Amino acid sequence: MVKLIIDSQSVEAEETWTVLEAARYYGIDIPSLCYYEGLTPTSSCRLCVVEVIRGGRSRLTASCSLPVQEGIEVRTNSERVRKARKMIIELLLASCPNSRTLQCLASKYGVTKIRFRPEDRGCILCGLCVRMCEEQMQAGAIGFVYRGVNREVAMPFHTKHDACRECGACLFICPVCEMPCQGPMQPGQLCNACLDTVQLEAFPCKD
Amino acid sequence: MAKIKSPAMLEEYRNEILRKRKYYFRTISLCGGPGCHAQHCDEIYEAVKKAVEENGLSENVEVKKTGCHGFCEMGPIAVIQPEGIFYKKISLDDVSDIVNRTLGKGELIKELLYPDPENGKPITKESRVPFYAKQKRLLMSMNEYIDPCKIEDYIAQGGYSALCKALFEMEPMEIIEEVDKAGLRGRGGAGFPTASKWRACRKAIARDGIKYVLCNADEGDPGAYMDRSLLEGNPHLVLEGMIIGAYGIGATEGYIYVRHEYPLTVSNLLVAIDQARKVGLLGKNILGSGFDFDIKVSIGGGAFVCGESTALMASIEGRIGEPRVKHIHTAEKGLFNRPTNLNNVETWANVPLIINQGAGKYRKVGTKTSTGTKIFSLVGSVNNTGLVEVPMGMTLREIIFDIGGGVKGGRTFKAVQTGGPSGGCIPESLLDTPVDFDALYDVGSMMGSGGMIVMDETTCMVDIARYFVDFLCDESCGKCVPCREGLKQMLYILEDITEGRGTLEQLELLKELAGVMRDTSLCGLGQTAANPVLSTIRYFEDEYVDHIKKMKCRAGVCKALIAFSINAKKCTGCMRCRKACPVGAIKGKKKEPHTIQAEKCEKCGICLEVCEYGAVVRK
Repeated sequence: MVKLIIDSQSVEAEETWTVLEAARYYGIDIPSLCYYEGLTPTSSCRLCVVEVIRGGRSRLTASCSLPVQEGIEVRTNSERVRKARKMIIELLLASCPNSRTLQCLASKYGVTKIRFRPEDRGCILCGLCVRMCEEQMQAGAIGFVYRGVNREVAMPFHTKHDACRECGACLFICPVCEMPCQGPMQPGQLCNACLDTVQLEAFPCKD
Repeated sequence: MAKIKSPAMLEEYRNEILRKRKYYFRTISLCGGPGCHAQHCDEIYEAVKKAVEENGLSENVEVKKTGCHGFCEMGPIAVIQPEGIFYKKISLDDVSDIVNRTLGKGELIKELLYPDPENGKPITKESRVPFYAKQKRLLMSMNEYIDPCKIEDYIAQGGYSALCKALFEMEPMEIIEEVDKAGLRGRGGAGFPTASKWRACRKAIARDGIKYVLCNADEGDPGAYMDRSLLEGNPHLVLEGMIIGAYGIGATEGYIYVRHEYPLTVSNLLVAIDQARKVGLLGKNILGSGFDFDIKVSIGGGAFVCGESTALMASIEGRIGEPRVKHIHTAEKGLFNRPTNLNNVETWANVPLIINQGAGKYRKVGTKTSTGTKIFSLVGSVNNTGLVEVPMGMTLREIIFDIGGGVKGGRTFKAVQTGGPSGGCIPESLLDTPVDFDALYDVGSMMGSGGMIVMDETTCMVDIARYFVDFLCDESCGKCVPCREGLKQMLYILEDITEGRGTLEQLELLKELAGVMRDTSLCGLGQTAANPVLSTIRYFEDEYVDHIKKMKCRAGVCKALIAFSINAKKCTGCMRCRKACPVGAIKGKKKEPHTIQAEKCEKCGICLEVCEYGAVVRK
């Protein structure tokens, strides 16, 4: 067992766990989008960032792929983490304004405004579908194409490929291709209808 | 040529080459670097070779096409040894003169000599040219003596003697200790101590006994070409460094990752590796020491992000060039999940030097925390464009004004950008900052791989920030959200500001976004991507505010914020601007003042350039 501190609590974790797994085991909430149990973590959405203090130096790092280490201190709800988390949700909302998952995250973490230029792409490029298809369905029919802002998920050469068995696992796992948020908002705006219904700071942490 | 099986045989081979060289009483080395190549140095080389043969000098004069000499502004250049005569800007017409007079009789051709910028007197010797005189060329100086496709040239210069010393007189750990004592830091940009990296990789356990050393030659910063020139001009220096490093680390295989935009580098490198294998300096049982090591060349696909270590390794493995999280260091699990050590071209090139002269002597150059020299590519608005190698700790002012000869066209200096897209812009007030890893970091920039872009008053700092963000938008791999989405939004905001739609709130948002990107991005590219924006805001915030509040671009670059008009009092009606205007926006009769139609004007500024009477005004 590895001993570490998460949000001022001393906890013990299995050696094979990641910080995210350890935190969730103890009921500490860390949001994530590209993490899914059973799939290789890629740490690409950066929503699960936590502040790790090691040897007196603190830095933000994605908790979904960070193995637990003896003696580290993890803060999941510090000012720095909250600021980064809100900004990432805001950035994601700008690229996918109608997603219900993102609208809920916005309410939960207190994002009340999108200050960026919204551009609906309908995909947050979390890569869950790609990993699901390859790792669990053993098909590997879809993958990422292009680079940077043009990145997208596609089949080879944008044609329907034989490797795709139309199993629908990609649809099942996608966090954004669901019914749009039914809140009273315009495209590019926030609904925030459930803003006050969730508790923001389950484990308040002193900075 | 038979394989060299011992250090004594190498020494014998070296003496044999030097004996043959005695017949040459003069050597002309023509620069074949990227700058001179663009100025048709190949044709000049062929012409010189032909003329030398025609004049019956081929037995006594050696004609060489070498790698980059450094002074690209004056290209094509030639250096004639043993006198060390430096000829600049030679053309095909000068060839017969050079061959007949200088190579044959030793006469000087005055017109081709470099004039002293202070008094105009011609300078004969290369070492006296101010551009070279103030440099400390420990790595670059060898370039002009070496034909990159001839291993003999490198061996004649004392090449591979460091390898002999390392293999036969030193233990692997001693090599690492020596590099540690020398204080060598990674030249790729971040300045991580090389020896620590090597030690970690040596310590790591390779389950199947294979460890790798890699050379990062994926140089993609705009305006930077020092790694290219080093690898293209003197590939054996890098190979020697890699073999020594591999021996120290205990690696058996090496890769050099070169970007595909550098075809000449790749072909020179392949020739060099082939030659080294043939003489037994690569492959099994190197120099009879029992140490096996071989190097392969891997060609990149043209992605800037592949300069990042894990992305580079993914690319060599044949996967998409994307970084991964480094909770487990590449020293333990890198290329093909085996212990891997990656260093930059220039870092490897420093290794033979350290082994040859010892850490004590190496440390004497540079500052306490940054030792040795650093090659910069000095480009932009500077008189002497080229590659400069300076001791660490030299100030930016010395590099730009003493070596670089000051700003082009007598304009005023505004800022210097170091470190490429990850670096920042340093203003005039900080020109006395010494170039070392820590000092540059403290002023909000970084050493980077060594690009140094000089900017004058005609450069808009907001536009420069926009340019770099635009570059990174294309070059980000798009894997993580802060980098992909953050850069896109950053570009939108900067476009808003340069096009006159910006607000002060956006400026604050820009700062906040930059902070989050630095904190949360997955790899070095995203973490440093905001540096150009942060540093320009830090030193030139008034320009940002001018764009937003006064709708004014001081430098006259941002098209949406400027307008051209014609001063009727000064205009003579010469029709020059009217003919030059590509969109026909200028109206007016001959000998009558012209006018610019604002709705048609594309704001290209050609009218301003062609007007001889100063009648065109930019506001």
